[in-house]
Amino acid sequence: MDRLRCAGGRRRGRGARWVVGAVAIALVVGLSAIAHAGEDPFSAIAALSADVESRGIAALAVSGNPRAAAVIAALREGKLYAWKWPRPDPPLYIRTATGFVDARSGAAVAAPPLLNLRRVIVSDTVRAAIDTAAGTLELASASATVRLKAAETLFQAADPGALPLIDKALAAERDRQVLRALRQAQAAALLKSATGSTAERLAAVGTLAERADLSTRNLLSSLAGQPPAVAAAIAAAIGDIDFKLKLWGVAENVYYGLSLGAVLLLAASGLAISFGVMGVINMAHGEMVMIGAYTTFVVQQLIAAFAPALSDLGLLVAIPAAFLTAGALGVAVERLLIRFLYGRPLETLLATWGLSLILQQAVRSIFGPTNQDVGSPPWMSGAVQLGGLTLTVNRLWIVLFAGLVLAALMAILRWGGLGRSIRAVTQNRRMAAVMGIRTPLIDALTFGLGSGIAGMAGVALSQIDNVSPNLGQGYIIDSFLVVVLGGVGNLWGTLFAAMSLGVVDKFVEPFEGAVLAKILVLVFLILFIQRRPQGLFPLKGRAAEA
Amino acid sequence: MIALGRVTIVTLGGVVAAALLLAGLNLLTPAANALHVPDFAIPLFGKYLCYAMLALAVDLVWGYAGILTLGHAAFFALGGYMMGMYLMREIGARGVYANPVLPDFMVFIGWNKLPWYWYGFDHFWFALLMVMLVPAALAGLFGWFAFRSRVSGVYLSIITQALTYALMLAFFRNDMGFGGNNGMTDFKDILGFALNRETTAVGLMLASAGALAAALALARAITASRFGKVLLAVREAEARTRFLGYRPESYKLAVWVVSAVIAAIGGALYVPQVGIINPSEFSPGNSIEAVIWVSVGGRGTLAGAILGAIIVNLGKTWLTSALPAVWLFAFGGLFIAVTLCLPGGLIGLFAGRRRGAEKARGTVSERQHGPAERAPRGVVG
Repeated sequence: MDRLRCAGGRRRGRGARWVVGAVAIALVVGLSAIAHAGEDPFSAIAALSADVESRGIAALAVSGNPRAAAVIAALREGKLYAWKWPRPDPPLYIRTATGFVDARSGAAVAAPPLLNLRRVIVSDTVRAAIDTAAGTLELASASATVRLKAAETLFQAADPGALPLIDKALAAERDRQVLRALRQAQAAALLKSATGSTAERLAAVGTLAERADLSTRNLLSSLAGQPPAVAAAIAAAIGDIDFKLKLWGVAENVYYGLSLGAVLLLAASGLAISFGVMGVINMAHGEMVMIGAYTTFVVQQLIAAFAPALSDLGLLVAIPAAFLTAGALGVAVERLLIRFLYGRPLETLLATWGLSLILQQAVRSIFGPTNQDVGSPPWMSGAVQLGGLTLTVNRLWIVLFAGLVLAALMAILRWGGLGRSIRAVTQNRRMAAVMGIRTPLIDALTFGLGSGIAGMAGVALSQIDNVSPNLGQGYIIDSFLVVVLGGVGNLWGTLFAAMSLGVVDKFVEPFEGAVLAKILVLVFLILFIQRRPQGLFPLKGRAAEA
Repeated sequence: MIALGRVTIVTLGGVVAAALLLAGLNLLTPAANALHVPDFAIPLFGKYLCYAMLALAVDLVWGYAGILTLGHAAFFALGGYMMGMYLMREIGARGVYANPVLPDFMVFIGWNKLPWYWYGFDHFWFALLMVMLVPAALAGLFGWFAFRSRVSGVYLSIITQALTYALMLAFFRNDMGFGGNNGMTDFKDILGFALNRETTAVGLMLASAGALAAALALARAITASRFGKVLLAVREAEARTRFLGYRPESYKLAVWVVSAVIAAIGGALYVPQVGIINPSEFSPGNSIEAVIWVSVGGRGTLAGAILGAIIVNLGKTWLTSALPAVWLFAFGGLFIAVTLCLPGGLIGLFAGRRRGAEKARGTVSERQHGPAERAPRGVVG
């Protein structure tokens, strides 16, 4: 929910920037005193002197003119054109995609005097003025999101010169979040400035210490020449921030670990069916994942071609499509290949490895060896800020999706008619057959279920990994290890194993590097299998001997 | 058994004769002669012979002791790395950076001291010793853990695969001191013979043939001995063998280590002939490829392993240059066809009808008509 609000807010904010001046002028009007009396900001912008131009930009920003945002944006993008020769009230035009509009009125100009125009050049001095002006405009925006961003920019700049601006904005601000950000910006600017009493500075350090992030820490540690009491407060605040950052770092590792675990879980839960329940070593499992990812690609292409309006929902369509494609392939593989090899797991392993080579080459022949570009819908991109944590939205969805898939799988096995038959056949094949269950059909469907889940994993992986014919190979060894660690045929064990492998991997990584983390996990697993060949949660009793 | 012995002798003779013939035709005939063997064919055949040693090693453990290894290329590559280290030291001051002690890649990453594990590799005898000792130690340690705790069947296959995967990742690291991603290459000479000379290539190829013949004789001696009979018993019924008073883990460990050493020697001979060793030699796919050579030739027949390795690789060389897109289809199809239709491999096709019938009966009795039965209590959680 939080995520949706964020994304929506940002989109509204972008639109608001263009109509900004028209709505919330009141705040800025007070600042117009800064403008040089009597000078028309538009004429100043058209001037050839960078100083006059900068002054004009600043004046325009605080003038409350409804065209201010458009003109400054055009200037920034190099689309503003001015009269080439000196004259009073020089005309100004903005180039648009279709033609020119008058900068002052916004009215379209049918035939601009092109020969008499020059593009307004933006020097470094002018660019600084543009940035400040944009900040000013944004602080006056109607959208709280835009104001918040502007306050954040001011905080990062920590420019003592911006203090009067911040004070004005503070006086008018009502939104609590923006108020806090403005106060932090004020504190940062104050600490950088030469004015301000020790008491004010101490209060500023206190304000900044609330905001425990890396940029605050950098800001605080860059401050020199403070009174002794303030310097001590700064040192204490830095220590405090370091501790909080460390805590957030741990939380972040856990999150990354869980999201890696979710990926492993997705890749492994299909395997938990085909390997865990049926005892079939399917080395082509990774290729089922890969086919799921390619199905996503094809579905997106089809939707883009036939129903572009639905392109945001392509991923949702791809989930059942991938399940059916990979599942149907799985059923075919079981009927044509695997059923001849039951009871010979090692031969199955070799035959399915051969199958994986064929599938890879087939995909390579059809789609080419290069990575395919699978798009992410807007609701999958972006990030959510949670305290000091930045959670990428696509990872959040994948964690959620992995949980849903596992829950659905468990529900099918526990309550579904197919699940009941699967359990019956694995418990006692002959008795199940006597009771009227068509065991060959159930074998095929079980394998199809496992493959279909792999296909759905492919949809998720298409969002975070390269969609290439080799996609599946990167996951197959990890998936087998997850299934083995969790205990064969045990979905809870699979969940636990995937998550702990993911988290352990991410915790070892910062100390030893990604590769060594992987190696250590593998060595640990090799040792672990020695100790507990049945996995973390072994089956007990008579079942264990089967 | 006598038939098998004859097959072994024929294979042994065939390999040595082919190697001698190629060598002779390459060195003694002028280049214009129709019978002349081009220079590139010599190291190519030498490479096949090294692969055949790897196949032989896989067959020894898989065909006779029932251990399906998916990580044997790790020993092959380790042997190769040991030889690579010797060849790097042989370069001496002739490298790009002209450092008399440090190999180029170490200078490049800013090291100024030879790591301790590179000491001694300037002597050929030491490198040769390490070619055998290091893989043997790794195999011994791994096997001791694995067999003692009775990890077997598919689980063992998966952890052997994890082993080679872990080694691959490790050797990809630059700070391991083995050249990282690029591995080792630009070798100049071996025992003073320049590697780019034709006679050196012929010599290495003949050495490979000799090593293969020796390995084949050793493997034949092992499998025909009483020890080999126990291995067969372990393959067929491990629990029953244990109940009869044998210790299957000791037998498995012994043959596992011998097999690792054979693979390592193959790898050591492979490196000077192809001129490079890098971490991709550890990739799990290579080990599985070696298993398929054995299945194609005929699992449990030593000659079959050698034939399979040579035939599949000949096909690979031809197909990857003639029809590169078809190669993986053909190779994958071969996996499936051999496992489904040709459980005895090529040797099985040629072997006597009586033996074939016996084998077919054996496989039928092993087979169950459905997945292994297992109570799915855990599934429901």
